[in-house]
Amino acid sequence: MKTNMEDKSKIYYNPYFGGVVLGLILLATFYLTGRGLGASGAAKSTVVAAVDKFAPGHAHKSHYYSKFLSDDEHPLNNWLVFEVVGMLAGALLSGALAGRLKFKTEHSPKITVRRRLVFAGIGGFMFGFGSQVARGCTSGAALSGAAVLSLGGFITMMAIFGSAYGFAYFFRKLWI
Amino acid sequence: MGPLIPLGIIPEQWNNVIAVLIGMAFGFIMEGSGFSSSRKIVGLFYGYDFTVLKVFFTATVTAAIGILYFSYLGWIDFSMLHIHPTYVTGAIVGGLIMGVGFVTGGFCPGTSFCGVAIGKIDAIVYTIGLLVGIFIFSEAFSIFESIYNGNYMGEITITEFLGLSPYLFVFFFTLAAIAIFFVTSIIVKRVKKVNY
Repeated sequence: MKTNMEDKSKIYYNPYFGGVVLGLILLATFYLTGRGLGASGAAKSTVVAAVDKFAPGHAHKSHYYSKFLSDDEHPLNNWLVFEVVGMLAGALLSGALAGRLKFKTEHSPKITVRRRLVFAGIGGFMFGFGSQVARGCTSGAALSGAAVLSLGGFITMMAIFGSAYGFAYFFRKLWI
Repeated sequence: MGPLIPLGIIPEQWNNVIAVLIGMAFGFIMEGSGFSSSRKIVGLFYGYDFTVLKVFFTATVTAAIGILYFSYLGWIDFSMLHIHPTYVTGAIVGGLIMGVGFVTGGFCPGTSFCGVAIGKIDAIVYTIGLLVGIFIFSEAFSIFESIYNGNYMGEITITEFLGLSPYLFVFFFTLAAIAIFFVTSIIVKRVKKVNY
């Protein structure tokens, strides 16, 4: 246990410090670009680009993909895609400095790796689906939406956290 | 006066460069705050670690206060900011689905990208699930179109909806956040420790 306490890979910023810095980054984003941060939008652009590549006719006919396609710009030429590329680099740098770069599956000792990965896939699936229904995820809708007091942002924030708290009991064996 | 790029003070060509730089800062601070660890994240739903809740609400309050000040001082034109549009049905239904995804997957999309960056295999699988979920929604869009477009209220703010002053609202929102931080610090002492 003692070595664990001294392991610097387990040391993170004070949450209020991290929160203030993150808030200032978000403020700077609005000040510079007039828009907020995001995450699921980049995943959506990736899906749109892939479908457009392999089935362009289908993508242009679809009422959904076609919203995000234009004749002069590639679907990956999108602000959020560039932001997420930066995000991966920034997170990699932070992880490298703290000694956290390692291929591993993080899971409760009470469950198997396989079980963790199955539920990680299910969770990703649901978050991907839900983020399209709500037009944004925790970053784009909840965090950035609430920062400019968007009603929809607050509704999505409360729905995400409310639902997660409501369902936490049923999935407790995955975590505790 | 901002926002700088929409007003042409910084040329539009810089937008994607700025996106990469902002993304780097965002990813760096999220990873350093512990967002690349699913077991740390879900601590907020089981009461053993509220780090992510604290970071999230501190960031929201900081940005909201900052934007109000910038707007009050005339440094930013609030009317030019992108206000996340309010589609009530989609916001509720999507949020409820995302909440289940949160507690089963242990990540949200942004945090899973941080996990991917440092080699978390669960985050990689989560991200694949994310792409599949988006793909299935897109393919089945016609079925969900009415939910997606339901009860559109425009780019409305919560203070316009409630008829409150934004300053007063953010003041009380900040007090609520402080109250939540206080309560969670008590809860975390009473909940059995989880080692991760």
